[in-house]
This record gives sequence, C-alpha cells and structure tokens, in this order.
Amino acid sequence: MTGWLRFAPILLLVLIVAAMLWRLANPPDTTVHSQMIGKPVPQFALAAAVPGVQGLSSAQLADGKPKLVHFFASWCVPCIGEAPVLDQLKKQGLTIEGIAIRDRPDELAGFLARNGDPFDRIGSDPESKTQLAFGSSGVPETFVVDGRGVIRLQHIGAIEPNEIAAIRAAVEQAR
Amino acid sequence: MRLVLLAIALVFAAPVLADSDMPPAYWANRQLPNPQQEERAQSLMQEIRCLVCQGESIADSDAELAGDMRDLVRRRIAAGEKPASIRSWLIQRYGNWISFRPPTQPIGLPLWLAPLALLVVGGLLAASRLKRRRSQ
Amino acid sequence: MIAETGLAALWLAAALSLLQLALGFAPGMLKSGSGPIRAVAVLQGVLTLFAFAMLLLVFATTDLSVSLVAENSHSAKPLLYKIAGTWGNHEGSMLLWVTVLGVSGAALAIFSRRLEERTFVAALGAQGALALGFFIFLLFASNPFARLNPPALEGRGLNPILQDPGLAFHPPTLYFGYVGLSVAFSLAVGALVTGKVDRHLARAMRPWVLGAWIFLTLGITAGSYWAYYDLGWGGWWFWDPVENASLMPWLAATALLHSLNVLAARESLRAWTIMLAMIAFSMSMVGTFLVRSGVLTSVHAFAVDPKRGVFLLILLAFYVGAALLLFALRSGKLSEGPEFELVSREAALVGNNLLLSVILGVVFIGTLYPLFVEALTGAKLSVGAPYFNAVVGPIALALMALITIGPLLNWRRDSGERLKRLIIPALLGLGALVILLIAVPQDGLLAKIGFGFAIALFPASLIPLLGRKLRRTPLTTYAMVLAHFGVATAVAGMSISSLTTSETLIAAKPGEIVSVGPWSIRFGSIRPVAGPNWTALEATLYATRGGVIETLKPQARFYTDPPTATTQSAILTTLTGQLYTVVGQQVGDRWQLRLWWKPMVTLIWLGGALIAFGGALALLGRAWRGWRKGGVR
Repeated sequence: MTGWLRFAPILLLVLIVAAMLWRLANPPDTTVHSQMIGKPVPQFALAAAVPGVQGLSSAQLADGKPKLVHFFASWCVPCIGEAPVLDQLKKQGLTIEGIAIRDRPDELAGFLARNGDPFDRIGSDPESKTQLAFGSSGVPETFVVDGRGVIRLQHIGAIEPNEIAAIRAAVEQAR
Repeated sequence: MRLVLLAIALVFAAPVLADSDMPPAYWANRQLPNPQQEERAQSLMQEIRCLVCQGESIADSDAELAGDMRDLVRRRIAAGEKPASIRSWLIQRYGNWISFRPPTQPIGLPLWLAPLALLVVGGLLAASRLKRRRSQ
Repeated sequence: MIAETGLAALWLAAALSLLQLALGFAPGMLKSGSGPIRAVAVLQGVLTLFAFAMLLLVFATTDLSVSLVAENSHSAKPLLYKIAGTWGNHEGSMLLWVTVLGVSGAALAIFSRRLEERTFVAALGAQGALALGFFIFLLFASNPFARLNPPALEGRGLNPILQDPGLAFHPPTLYFGYVGLSVAFSLAVGALVTGKVDRHLARAMRPWVLGAWIFLTLGITAGSYWAYYDLGWGGWWFWDPVENASLMPWLAATALLHSLNVLAARESLRAWTIMLAMIAFSMSMVGTFLVRSGVLTSVHAFAVDPKRGVFLLILLAFYVGAALLLFALRSGKLSEGPEFELVSREAALVGNNLLLSVILGVVFIGTLYPLFVEALTGAKLSVGAPYFNAVVGPIALALMALITIGPLLNWRRDSGERLKRLIIPALLGLGALVILLIAVPQDGLLAKIGFGFAIALFPASLIPLLGRKLRRTPLTTYAMVLAHFGVATAVAGMSISSLTTSETLIAAKPGEIVSVGPWSIRFGSIRPVAGPNWTALEATLYATRGGVIETLKPQARFYTDPPTATTQSAILTTLTGQLYTVVGQQVGDRWQLRLWWKPMVTLIWLGGALIAFGGALALLGRAWRGWRKGGVR
C-alpha cells in the first residue's frame, strides 16, 4: 500500500474518537426546538375551548401588542405547577393567550377553576394541528409573539419562577 | 429491549406529553379510501420522525402526537397535496431532524456523495493493484 | 459467597491476561515455545467461564444481596428468564463479552496447531492484551458482583419485552459472533508482528472467522425476526443505530471470509485480508461502545452512562489505534502475492470485498453523520431508512451480480467460457423483472430489480455443481452453493414482501368481518386473560381465504413489574406468506385492529438461516478434510 494511504485509517480513527469525545461531553439534547422563531405566526382560527372565554385566531396576535401564546392542557401535570407563574406574569401586565391541546370543555373548565385563569382567550386545538403549525412538540410551551404577529421566542416546558424576568425581557424586546 | 426503552421514554416524556383521554384523531388509525393515496401517505409517514419518541417514525409510534401527525398527513394527501410539500412544511417547523431522509442541500451533500466517493476510491485502489500486477 | 468466588476468579483471570500479554511479546519467548502461553490462555479462559457461571447461579437463585440481581430480576420470573436476565443488563452482558473473549483465547490455544510458532505466540499475546483492557473495565467500572447491603426484599423485575425466548438466544449468539472475531484480530496482529501472512495464516484464521460469522448471521437474523414479531409493526429492519452496529461487523466478517479464501488458495490480498481482520473486531468494539455510551439515540440502547462511555472509548481508541499503527508500519513489508487478471476469481472477490467495504463505509458514515454535523455546525438532522435503502440497495444489487458470476470463474485467469451458462439464469431473472414491472405497477423499482437478480441467482448458485460427480464434490462447494442460494432466498423474500404487502387498519366491533389481501377475517370476541406476571385483553380472530378457518389471538398486554403495556402480535404462517395481526386501543365500542398480509416474508429469515447453514457446512467440510488428511496440511 502506498505511503500516506496506510496512515489514513489512523487519521480517520482520530477524527471519530474526537467526535465521540465531543458527544460524551455534550450529551444529546432530545428536546425538539421550533424553527418558527422569526417567522410570522401560522394562520389559524380556533374555536372557544371553554364556554364563556373567546377562541383564538392568528389575526388577534397581530394587533400591535406583544403577547404570550401558551400551549397547555388540563391533563398536563407540570401545567398545574406553572399556574402561579402565569398568574404572576399576568399581574405584571403581560397578555397571555392560551391554546388547549386535546382537551374537553368540562375538564378544561375544572382545570381553570382549580388553578386559575390568566388567559385572555383560549383556543381549542383538539388534534394538535395548531401546535404542529407552531413547531411545538409538547405541553407546556410558551411562545413570545410580537405586535406584528412574528414569533420571537419559544420556551419549552413550564416557566420557572426564576425565569419570569427573562420572559418579561423577551416581551419588552418584542415591542 | 426497544419497547422497554420506548415505554420508559414515554414515561419520561410524561411531563411534556402525558396522555389526554381524548380519542385519537379521525385519520390517525384509518386508511385513506384511495389506495394510491394511502400508499403515498404511508411512505411519507415512514419517513417522518416521531417528536416524542426515541427514533421511531410516526407510522410506527403509539404516541398521541404521532397519531395527530398521521391524521395531518392523511388529510393533506387526501386534499391532493404532494408528499414532498408536506415534508417541507414539517421541516420548516421542526428542522431537518424530523425527516429520516437527510437533506441534499449543502449540509447533506457529503452524505449523499459518500457512496460514490467510496466506490471511486476503493475502485482506484483495487484497479491500481491489478495494474501493478500486469505491468510486472 | 458465590458472588465473591466469581469476583475472585475475575481478578485472577485479569492477572493471567496480563501474564499472557507479557509472554506473548517478551523477547525470550521463542526459546520456551508456546507451551507456557497456551497454558496461561487456557487457565484464563476457564477462570472467566467460572466467573460467568457464578453470575448465572446468582441470577438463577435470585440472590437479592447482589446489586445487579436486585436491579434486574424478580423472584416471580420464570427460570428461563431469570437465567437469560443475566445478560439482559450492562454488567452481565459485559461479563458475557469478556467470557467469550477468554474462552475464544483458550480455544485458540488448544485447537490451533497449524500456525507458525512465533505468530501463534504473538497472537495469544494480543488476545491477552484485549482481555486485559476489558477486565479492567469490568472490574473497575462495571462490576457485576457488587453487593447490596442490606439485601433487597424483592427485585425490580426484568423488563417485559425481554421476557421472551428471543432474549435467551439473541445476545449470546451475537456475542459469540462479535467477540469470536477477536481471534481474527489477534491472529492478524500476530502475523503483522512476524510478517508471515500466508496460506497457513489464512487456514488458521478461517475456522474462527467462519464460526463467528455463522453466529453473527444467526444472531442478526434472529434479532430481525424477534423485532418483527415482538414490536407489532411488522418491520424487520429499521436501520436503527444499534442494528447498524451489529451489521457492520457482519459486513466486515463476510468480506474477510471471502478474502481468506483468496489468501488460502492463492496467497493474494494479504494487506487487505489483514486490514479486514482488524476492522471486523474493531467494528465489534465500536458497536459495544455505541450501545453503552449514550452517544446515539436509539430505542435499542443499553445503560446510558457517559463515564463508562469514556472508558470504552479509550479502550477502543487504544486497541484500534495500535492495530492500525502496526498495520501502517508493517504492511509495507508484506510481499505481493501472485498476479491475477481482470477476469478471474480473485478479481471477482476483490470486487466483492470492495462492494462489501463500501456498504460498510456507507452504513458507518450514515450512522455517525448526524453526530458529525451537530458537532461541527450545531444543526440536527436525521439519517434513516430512506438514505440507507436508497444507497445500500443498488450496491447490494451489484454485489448480487458478482455472487452470480464469481463462483464460475477460475483462479488467476478465466476465459469467460463458463459464463455462457449464465444465459438461462439471466433470462429467467429478466423475465421475472418484466413480469413484476407489469403486474405491480406502483413504485419499488429497486425491489423489482432485486427480485430479478434473486431469480437469476437461484439457478446460478447451483451451476458450480453442474457436471460434477455429486458424491465426490467437496462439502465446501456445497457450502458455497447453499450460502449463495440463501442470499437469493433472502433477497427474494425482501423484494416480494416489500412489493406486495397489504395492510388493513380498522376499528372493528366483535362480529364484524374485515379483509386484508386475500384473507377474510371475522373479529370473534375480545376478553381478558392473565399470565404469570401480566394481564391482557385477547382478541379472537377467525381468518380464512376460502379454505380452512384459522384462529388467531393477538393480545394487548399489561405487565405489573415494572408496569408496561405491550402488544403481542398473532401471526399465521403459511407456505405463501404470513398473516400478521395486532389488536390495539379501544375506541368507544370498537377495537383498533391492524392486519397485514405479507407474502413470502418468511423467505427473509429462511434465507438468513440457509446462509448460516452454508457456513456451518463449510466449517464441517474443512474439519472433515483436516481429519481425513490426518492433521497438518
């Protein structure tokens, strides 16, 4: 075998081991992030999820004010723990729109009664279509949408109390 | 082993996606009446990755979200949309990760060219040994 | 007490492997001959086997004072699964790995007589070196005998999917294969050290590679069938990273096997054969690393522990790096073998090696590509079946062409005369292709061409037997014919089932009749049933296609320890295919039924079995030849 070619496999080994070491030091992140950041909100018009609270449409997300769009469900366990945080954000003047995934009106009403209702409107997404259109992959997730209806941030999972400031900052930036 | 890990994965996925008690979407577990459309839908579903599983396609997954995605695929195919367009819609939302078919644009080019490159390099190696023989 | 004995045996064996390594490469070895190192290797193997036996005992008796048993077993488990549970976890399977390594070394020490002394000694030393590293890993990072104090009251249970006869056989079979290749690796290292790569090396290496390859073929085939009937979706290959990890050593071993035949017959392809021998076991080690380190996301992956991953990576890097370095430094000293023409059996086998190596390379690159891309750019992408099928398929077809032609060529130079015999098989293949193109109008060109090749290969694989006195034909020729016939069988099964499978997905009420393919199936009833550690809802289906009515009972099962839901498919196997039935969720007063009719699908695994059987015949044939000729040849 010609000279340098004989050492090529070793070079390959070095590259592979380097890649493996990198991976061992940076474990795979299995959360799926939405690629819709910076893009306009997808068009949708969702019916009311609970009687007495309006449904949600994409047009309402481009009314000049930045908002939070919160994907949740009555069967979502971490959403219960997150409720006080959402209340806080609402008290601090943020507008929170809700999209309920795969939910029934009666169970949703019960959930809101037990955990509080910080939502201005709640759209019903019984087959996750709007969730898919947003690039969301589970509940709870929160999107920051600016006044022109462009998605600016995705927060995956429940918002922790120590993240309230960051969310507020993101909404400020979105003005 | 795999279903175990799948089950465990689903359990761990619980905080993010526990089970609702709503029934599956209409087209999640129903075949389209038109066999050609169903086949196109099936092929596409085999290539789309389940968002909450450990490497399964939405065709093979029992997860609810996978069912909703199957419903989405079937509805759109039934409405006449091409599989490629549905795939790129999903990629726009979730990135290349969601398609088991790697992209060909710059980022996937080395991958698709690799077989050709390997054949050429290997072929040259083999041919050079043959030639050396003959010239001796 | 049992556990401590086992642990002590492991420590002793580890010390012996160090001694073995020293004896193998110590300068003064030549004088004392191979006696001492043989004894050490045998003792090391025996001690490791003893340690494994102790672990088996501890699992069989559900000794809950051993941490591993408490984590993975349960006193209510059937005995078969208690025993099989020994290797259903990381530490236990690692001990199995090391045991096969040790026993292979011992067997090499006992049975290898034809090899040149110095090469043999160096090979045993290499085997000792391999064992040492893995012993260190086992003793310091994966101790199977760790005690639990105080003992657990009950075990955590073996995961239900693993409570299947498939579990009992799949891992050990695969391990005999992967780790059996270590002998080829060691022999290659030994031969590089002494510079003696010749027909004697080939003949010494061949039975080991054959043996390991047979186990790998069986293991992969069985694993594929297990996934098929156990997962409930009727797929038999998913290009999952761990499946790929098991395929790569097999590809290398297949190429190695054919290369060894050239080395044995003509003493050509020396460098290539040595390289393949090293790559094959390297792939085994890479596979072990991938499965246990959490580096790749897979439904298949074992315990995910980055620390262990680093340890294994270092071992791997060291062994493979040292071997490759040795190759780079010493392969220049290997002399070229005799010449051969473009149309010759050697050339066909070079082509075979090339194509198998390309497939190996492609599978390797495809499996690791997402990792590389993420490391370099942060972007995430997935590489799955669409890529692998599109790329491996055509290369595999080219390989089939070689399988058809190669066995008919003479060594060194062939005029191509005998190739005329391929006209009829080629026409048959072409005819089959045309029929499929007409009869099955939808997509699947690759599968149709594959079927055409398979139809051509069926008769073509038999041609080497034409015109020979069948009773005087060596067993090894029959072996080759059978193995190649098996390839045709498997490919035919893959093509036909992928082209003609029908699926019916429907929510049905008991009493309703549904159809799939030619079958008419009545949903009889659904009722609860219970097993030793599970409860289930069992559906009764009555299936017929105009004749006898068969009964199928698929289940949706719920295990208690640990709580898991699975589906048990009910499969009806007929001569023309399999009816595959699954019962799923309840939707209102209806039940989700998933039904497939898969024509000819069993040919896939039958083909795999035939290939393995061909290998066994070859092994038998060579052993027979060896006995008849009285030993050294």
